[in-house]
Amino acid sequence: MSGARLIPTIGMEVHLHLATRTKMFCACAVEYDAPPNSRVCPVCLGMPGVLPVMNKRAVELAIRMALALGGTIPDFAQWDRKHYYYPDLPKNYQISEYDQPLGVGGYLDVPLDGKTFRVGIIRVHLEEDAGKLMHAEDGGASSVVDLNRTGTPLLEVVSEPDIHSAAQARAYGEALRLLAVYLGVGDCNMELGQMRCEPNISLKIGEGPDGTPRYTPISEIKNLNSFRAVERAVAFEIARHREEYEDDPDGYTLEHLGKSTRGWLDDREQTFLQRSKEEAHDYRYLPEPDLVPVVPDRKWVDEVRAALPELPETRRRRFVEQYGLPEYDAGVLTADREVADFYEKVAEATSDAKTASNWMMQDVMRVMNERKVGIADLGMSPANLASLIALVAEGTINRSIGSDVFAKMLETGKSAAQIVAEEDLAQTSDESELEAVVDEVIAENPGPAQDFAEGKDKAVGRLIGMAKKKTGGKANPNVVREILVRKLRG
Amino acid sequence: MALSRDEVLKVGTLSRIRLTDEEVERFAGQLSSILDYVDKLKELDTRGVEPLAHALPIHNVLRDDEPRPGLDPQKAVGGAPDSTDTLFRVPRVIDDGSSA
Amino acid sequence: MDVTDLTACRMRDALRARDLSAADAAEACIEAIDRLNPKVKAFLSTDAQRARRRAAEIDKRLDAGEDVGLLAGVPVAVKDNMCTDDGQPTTCASRILQNWRAPYNAHVVERLLAEGAVIVGKTNLDEFAMGSSTENSGFEATRNPWDLDRVPGGSSGGSAAAVAARMTPIALGSDTGGSIRQPAALCGVVGMKPTYGRVSRYGLVAFASSLDQIGPFGRTVEDAALLLQATAGHDERDSTSVSETDEPVPDYLATLDEPVAPLRIGLPREFFGEGLDPEVERAVRDALAVYEGLGAELVDVDLPHSTDYAIATYYIVATSEASSNLARYDGVHYGHRSSDHTDMIDMYMRTREEGFGDEVKRRIMLGTYALSAGYYDAYYKKALQVRRLIRRDFDEAFETVDCIMGPTSPTAAFRMGEKTADPLTMYLSDVYTASANLAAIAGISVPCGFTEAHLPVGLQILTGVFTEERLLRIARMYERETDWASHAPPVCEGAS
Repeated sequence: MSGARLIPTIGMEVHLHLATRTKMFCACAVEYDAPPNSRVCPVCLGMPGVLPVMNKRAVELAIRMALALGGTIPDFAQWDRKHYYYPDLPKNYQISEYDQPLGVGGYLDVPLDGKTFRVGIIRVHLEEDAGKLMHAEDGGASSVVDLNRTGTPLLEVVSEPDIHSAAQARAYGEALRLLAVYLGVGDCNMELGQMRCEPNISLKIGEGPDGTPRYTPISEIKNLNSFRAVERAVAFEIARHREEYEDDPDGYTLEHLGKSTRGWLDDREQTFLQRSKEEAHDYRYLPEPDLVPVVPDRKWVDEVRAALPELPETRRRRFVEQYGLPEYDAGVLTADREVADFYEKVAEATSDAKTASNWMMQDVMRVMNERKVGIADLGMSPANLASLIALVAEGTINRSIGSDVFAKMLETGKSAAQIVAEEDLAQTSDESELEAVVDEVIAENPGPAQDFAEGKDKAVGRLIGMAKKKTGGKANPNVVREILVRKLRG
Repeated sequence: MALSRDEVLKVGTLSRIRLTDEEVERFAGQLSSILDYVDKLKELDTRGVEPLAHALPIHNVLRDDEPRPGLDPQKAVGGAPDSTDTLFRVPRVIDDGSSA
Repeated sequence: MDVTDLTACRMRDALRARDLSAADAAEACIEAIDRLNPKVKAFLSTDAQRARRRAAEIDKRLDAGEDVGLLAGVPVAVKDNMCTDDGQPTTCASRILQNWRAPYNAHVVERLLAEGAVIVGKTNLDEFAMGSSTENSGFEATRNPWDLDRVPGGSSGGSAAAVAARMTPIALGSDTGGSIRQPAALCGVVGMKPTYGRVSRYGLVAFASSLDQIGPFGRTVEDAALLLQATAGHDERDSTSVSETDEPVPDYLATLDEPVAPLRIGLPREFFGEGLDPEVERAVRDALAVYEGLGAELVDVDLPHSTDYAIATYYIVATSEASSNLARYDGVHYGHRSSDHTDMIDMYMRTREEGFGDEVKRRIMLGTYALSAGYYDAYYKKALQVRRLIRRDFDEAFETVDCIMGPTSPTAAFRMGEKTADPLTMYLSDVYTASANLAAIAGISVPCGFTEAHLPVGLQILTGVFTEERLLRIARMYERETDWASHAPPVCEGAS
């Protein structure tokens, strides 16, 4: 096989915590910072005699996600028990869906470097999360278990192995996250462990004599806590598989070595073997006898489908086409559904999509980041922003005063017009007034004046700045520029 | 269907039950004869027969997403063989990542 | 009048009329338990003080003219695989839960309390309900009140013996493969397994989730009906419990004395074949003759998959589910933990080695094997397919007959130790009962006579799903013509 092209073939399994108030099978609250073992009950503790009861909202969110991915909802879905022993899994089995999941098929279009690539989705299913195992503070003799997280609803999305690079893997994870957030399916905060990505990586070696594709062994990577880690781990694995294969092209194949599980060490930036094919768990799947099957009512499914919002990727493309925005702007604005909604109202009201976009990115989102709040908490309505933008467009105030007015609007809740009037911020466009100012500026700044006269355009910035200073910021920069040109360039 | 000693040990480990040598012997014999007995199901032609997993045709039992108070931490861990005030305690686990 | 000779229904009437106080009713049972339990060993735990306090509280409310409930002041025993949050342990007769106190009440326990019952104690069982003789209890073996050298049956042997020996008028048991009906037959009392889904399993420690059902023991059909009435009905905490709209709970007592006529009784050849003790057969056939005398028609039916195949199916399905349900007993969160272990896995292995008895270990391993990679199709899936065939057998039979009858158990009570050498011998005790669990249908065992050795014989009656009301009426038809309930076991008279 020397000289064969080795094609990275990557599938992703992503687990998302669903945005429900209660756990998957009991009415305990889902909370991320509750004191240990304070959000538990006999059911999620797996005590003798307890029984699970399905959370309706979790099922609805799963259906929503499956439909948004273009999948179908089969007529019949069934729960299964997946058995393995671990102290953070009180029943020593996890309730999941094995061969009859809630959603099948679909795809996700992922933007990357100005293009999009498509990743097929195999299935979407629900399961319950396990608890947290931590090391005790007794110098290593024990571990301790907090079961608050046990039973949290998890949505698992399994993709086809349609991903072919580390960058693609990362982009897929980010796009899936964005979709989930858009749909209100989950908050997907990776630092809180609300989203976990597990790439399955192998290299396609080529084709065997009978035409069937041949692969290196598959490695599944766990413990990835950020998209950066996903990208690095995938890159590491691709390189590692390549090395191993080149060392032993006959032996290093999927048939011989199967699938292994590896963990990622973030500080060392490498993977290590956790479980080989021989040590793989025998999960002894059993149809869950305590839960009845889910037979999604077609009317309900249609209602969920009809209520789907415009999906982020579709919206992003529409912003580029409809508003003529650059890819970058469109991407930034559609990364947050509420921001995108807000923007569209502003764009419509001002009829200037690009200016509106600039305001959103430079002013609105900057403040949101500074204050760490969502757009709804800013206390600014699209109409108010639109009227501010109009005042600048009309020339009543200049752009930099406009930013000040913006800040004051947030502070006081007053309208733009009110603030401009009260503080006399209207810009000065009066030619005679500005002429006098310009004369002063030229006199006080002979150097830049000379540069501009000689044709150095850049110098005008400093001169306009000086004029603004003298007028408390109110000089209309366009008028000042005209006067300067007249006076210095004749 | 005779179970070998190794198979019994394997099943024991999978079941997380430690077995003495005597038990391995004894259970191997007993389990083998039970498996022989249940093998009689092979006599039946079940092609095309849908497995009956759920006794009753009940579907879609769903609960509203409303939180309810559970147990307080002391009661939750109180029955545990070893615990701190609020956490279950177990021998140190070398993380082989058995969590799925 | 010896209060313990009263049935639950008669006690209830007397309590309501205030001819009897709850305190006296409770005291009579406490005294009987003190006197008889050392010999019969039906109870694993009792709490006399608590029962007295509760009885006093019920008396106060009854005296004030309050309608306290269906079971106001009536003593009840509860099989120790149902969670009670009252200070008594819930052990499932296993060392692995020896000191465990449930922090919640089972649904049926909540119902008993809501209906004013006085819980007198937790009864013995085969460990985790796995067995047919109560010899598998991790603590002690219950004795048959009719002959203390013999078994009471199982797994609900404690509840059956407690009722038979008149230590309590009624008791709750659980039935997975016959665990209520078979001990009822061996102890000469009435025991009923409702349709799967009729009674909530929330708080019943699971053995085989798709087969387990809680049901009543009483000395009469009326008492069984009363206890069923108090405990039946939908529970939102049990997804497999049938909804009130789909199957409302009828008033079982209101129609109990209405005979079912015409009555077509199906007799499966398979229930009268090899292995059936001739004395048991004689008593059962005499009972069938009584039905004929009442105008019933006896019809031959076929249940080709209901005996040996049913046992095979049962021991795959039940053990597979059991291996899963018992995986949680690992010494981490509750129950026994081994004190001598090297690491986590060793802790699991030793905890379960120490905590479980042999039968439980066997069944867990059998189930684990049946579900393990490569065997699922051959065993579990195959068993579920045969289960459907068993269900079809009954569906077809019930198209032509109103009920199916036969012996509950192939033998009367056997001696302690007689069937413990070979597990399979014990498993065959369920040969007539396990198919009803697999098909999810309702069944009852009523006393129908005695053997030469004066051991009770039980008649089993089976009807289709959610037909308990008719099942009870059919049983009552026979009971009205006979008087087996008036016989008391010798142990009650002080003879040992």
